[in-house]
Amino acid sequence: MEYKVNREGGVLTLSLTGELDHHGAASARTSLDREIRLAAPKKVVLELSQVHFCDSSGLGLIMGRYRCATAAGAAFAVKDPSPAVERIMALAGLGKIIKTERSVKI
Amino acid sequence: MTAIKKKKAVKTDSFSLEIEAKSANESFARMAVAAFVARLDPTVSELADIKTALSEAVTNAIVHGYRNSRGVGRIRIKGAVYEGGKVVLEVKDKGCGMADVELCLRPLYTGAPEEERSGMGFTVMESFCDSLRVRSAPGKGTTVVLTKRLGGGAE
Ligand SMILES: Nc1ncnc2c1ncn2[C@@H]1O[C@H](COP(=O)(O)OP(=O)(O)O)[C@@H](O)[C@H]1O
Ligand SMILES: [Mg+2]
Repeated sequence: MEYKVNREGGVLTLSLTGELDHHGAASARTSLDREIRLAAPKKVVLELSQVHFCDSSGLGLIMGRYRCATAAGAAFAVKDPSPAVERIMALAGLGKIIKTERSVKI
Repeated sequence: MTAIKKKKAVKTDSFSLEIEAKSANESFARMAVAAFVARLDPTVSELADIKTALSEAVTNAIVHGYRNSRGVGRIRIKGAVYEGGKVVLEVKDKGCGMADVELCLRPLYTGAPEEERSGMGFTVMESFCDSLRVRSAPGKGTTVVLTKRLGGGAE
């Protein structure tokens, strides 16, 4: 599981690439939380357009980062979830708790 | 009047695969099963369903089944496809097993809340497949059987 970090005006965007299963989640969790704590942002955005596989362990990772951001006093949103992510999030009713943002397609 | 007899579906292919209970093997198991099922010409979404459900069962064997085991546990994955497009997958571990399967099947229930589990694994298996069967007993391990009919068809 790889990720890219982008910081812009208090918004920390973490873009994940790869397969978000238990293995991938375990490898990314600690470093993602470190990024959040170090940046102390106003808002954390988890960009998931390049996550081509996601199961319930991925769900755990998303929920966990939501908690980490909230504990750090930051807002949280998921951005551009791939179909795999979207499906799992819908199944768990995560849309009620976590905001989803979509970039406008041209 | 003619009696309509239900023919038993003929098994056209099967496999059996044993993997070590390591998290790096989760993607390997998905790839192997996807390659096996590919011969039935599934849709993209059917294949995604099967990979996701399988991933849940294999992950559970690793993180729950063999949680307190010494050494590396082993997971047996069996698969079969039947005429008409039925896929049956079995994931078996010889780990700790479950005392209360019904409780474990409940959405959001997790026996490991401290580990960022969502408790949605069995719910994913149930929603992404046509049927889910779980056989388990404390100390005796767990067998999960997933069935999915391809081609959108109920029988
Ligand atoms: N193979 C297994 N061996 C032992 N216990 C299991 C197994 N699979 C599932 N369980 C139990 O069932 C619970 C629910 O599983 P699941 O729905 O996948 O949620 P999660 O994995 O997020 O905890 C697990 O937390 C665990 O207690
Ligand atoms: Mg699980």
